[in-house]
Amino acid sequence: MVLTGAEIVVRCLQEEKVEYIFGYPGGAVLFLYDELFKQDQVRHVLVRHEQAAVHAADGYARCTDKVGVALVTSGPGATNAVTGIATAYCDSIPLVIISGQVPTAAIGQDAFQEVDTVGITRPCVKHNYLVKDVREIASTIRKAFYLAASGRPGPVLVDIPKDVCTQKCEFDYPREITMRSYNPVTKGHLGQIRKALQLLLEAERPMIYSGGGVILSDAAEKLTRLARLLGFPVTSTLMGLGGYPASDGQFLGMLGMHGTYEANMGMHYSDVLLAVGARFDDRVIGDPRHFGQEPRKIIHIDIDPSSISKRVKVDVPIVGNVADVLDEMIRQIESGGARPKQDALDTWWKQIDEWRRRECLKYKNSDEIIKPQYVVEKLWEVTGGDAFVTSDVGQHQMWAAQYYKFEKPRRWLNSGGLGTMGVGLPYAMGAQLAHPGSPVACITGEASIQMCIQELSTCKQFRLPIKIVNLNNRYLGMVRQWQELFHGGRYSESYMDSLPDFAKLAEAYGHVGIRVDTPADVEGALREAFKQKNELVFLDFQVDQTENVYPMVQGGKGLTEMILSAEDL
Amino acid sequence: MRHVISLLIENESGALSRVSGLFSARGYNIESLTVAPTEDASLSRMTIVTTGSDDIIEQINKQLNKLVEVVKVVDISESAHIERELLLIKVRATGKDREEMKRMADIFRGRIIDATDTSYVIEMTGNQQKLDSFVAAIDGGAILETARSGVVGVGRGERVLKV
Repeated sequence: MVLTGAEIVVRCLQEEKVEYIFGYPGGAVLFLYDELFKQDQVRHVLVRHEQAAVHAADGYARCTDKVGVALVTSGPGATNAVTGIATAYCDSIPLVIISGQVPTAAIGQDAFQEVDTVGITRPCVKHNYLVKDVREIASTIRKAFYLAASGRPGPVLVDIPKDVCTQKCEFDYPREITMRSYNPVTKGHLGQIRKALQLLLEAERPMIYSGGGVILSDAAEKLTRLARLLGFPVTSTLMGLGGYPASDGQFLGMLGMHGTYEANMGMHYSDVLLAVGARFDDRVIGDPRHFGQEPRKIIHIDIDPSSISKRVKVDVPIVGNVADVLDEMIRQIESGGARPKQDALDTWWKQIDEWRRRECLKYKNSDEIIKPQYVVEKLWEVTGGDAFVTSDVGQHQMWAAQYYKFEKPRRWLNSGGLGTMGVGLPYAMGAQLAHPGSPVACITGEASIQMCIQELSTCKQFRLPIKIVNLNNRYLGMVRQWQELFHGGRYSESYMDSLPDFAKLAEAYGHVGIRVDTPADVEGALREAFKQKNELVFLDFQVDQTENVYPMVQGGKGLTEMILSAEDL
Repeated sequence: MRHVISLLIENESGALSRVSGLFSARGYNIESLTVAPTEDASLSRMTIVTTGSDDIIEQINKQLNKLVEVVKVVDISESAHIERELLLIKVRATGKDREEMKRMADIFRGRIIDATDTSYVIEMTGNQQKLDSFVAAIDGGAILETARSGVVGVGRGERVLKV
């Protein structure tokens, strides 16, 4: 069947069973939009800014196991998408971004709305393509989906010049893709796995350190099984939350810069560390030299060899898909019959329980002023701990991570690697579209929410009943916290002046807005919001302006050098 | 430590910038980088001379392998190998220096491939040190211009970089 390039693109999306495509039209993609108009299998979600298109596709991918898809025009369409693409890249989220490009003859002529999209996005994509021949569209899109979802996932961009959309050729969607230069490993090396198990079974102070790779490879159940089989403590990175049930006794909470006392101490003083789909990020272990002071054996499972021994030297590297490797570990333990050293483990747990008694997440609640932690705790209660929760970036993000106890994977959506303010609302859009009947909450702050506030309009058009939990402290809270602690209290440009009345703003967009001023009203407002099943409700909580996130490991310090509360200062 | 990394990469537009972009983005050194198609026109072979600690070189290898279009990466300096670089040097050749320049080129097994009344172009191949020593051995004031190709290399004996 002979089709035009534009028809081929849409047919490819249908073949890939794409449910939603998030985008914004423009000159270079007019032919593509014309073809989208003529069909109803792939539904288009019109955002109000291209950055949000990519974030929404990213959010959709994070809470499903599908590839998110975005469509933008050339020039500013593509540059607006860059922040979204980089955000997805840093967290290894599978995306396919299709961008329009000026006609091939105009490339390099400084044409209207021309930028070198492939050049601009090169450092923040897993791979990208400029398709100059209509006969290469189908195979390129097939490869893009394959690359995005396989190995260590990531965004793949396909740039298509306008004239290529009008050229014609025979359409045949390739079933099989072989790329001699790309063969990601899945199964781990059996010998390495055996070596790892030997270490684990001899461990006296073991620790399982789980990361975003557990979520991405859908290995939460396997991780839980392995941890229970061994009886080892588990800690998780920000990106790994939900990979192990937070209510379980073996879970020590999140580790790192704002991690729990017990998780950070356990991590530091462990003698055998099992890192699963995590990458020893600077926000997780702080200074690698301080971390390296304690002798310990490290086992590292990761699908990306370049993540292994990058910041911290590893003793037993296992390159492979986390789910496959954990499966093999469970199989070997169950068939081998050997069990961990129970006596040593009992002593270790005693030590951990002692650390736990510090109750590092305890905060002083108040009857007069709303504490942000209290709002998150109540949100957890009201939603039964079972909502899809997105966040933006800053203090509210850390409080969400600390106080919303995630039981299941793919429920927690935030920008961990790039730390992009403005993701919260578009992530919630992606999540609500992927899970229409489920509660979706966006925990945000008055600064972050304003970075993609225009999407309230998209939410109205597509009837997305998201609940926005705005922890409004009239400050760039995390900036203010660092200025208070490390810059002599000089609050340079961190006060958010001239804020809008968010409740009225939400109403102006056709949503429901509620302002909450006192602690007594917090729970009622949340319950009221979730009762309104068909409405987006913007809850504007006026919270304590000076509350800080604790515990805290100062940047560049070691994990054991924690500030537990304001009294420690 | 100095390393010579050879790699095969799909001969696609933009492949070179993926590699050079990787080095600049991650702050790795490039001493020289050469690239040209191989006998299989779909593949290019690239030779990169870089320096770094063992950890950095390990990361460079892994990061290069991670590039989707890179087919194979070998650190040829890890074992016996041969390196060559091509130098084209244009020198002033007048008066008594003319004969001296010819003699020096002969000593270093260079060839004069262009001659005018006043200048020679000398072609010379060898490893980096040999070319460096030649450039140091002749009168610096006589050098009009130099063009060096950067290092290429292959492993000795049975060691082969091939798909």
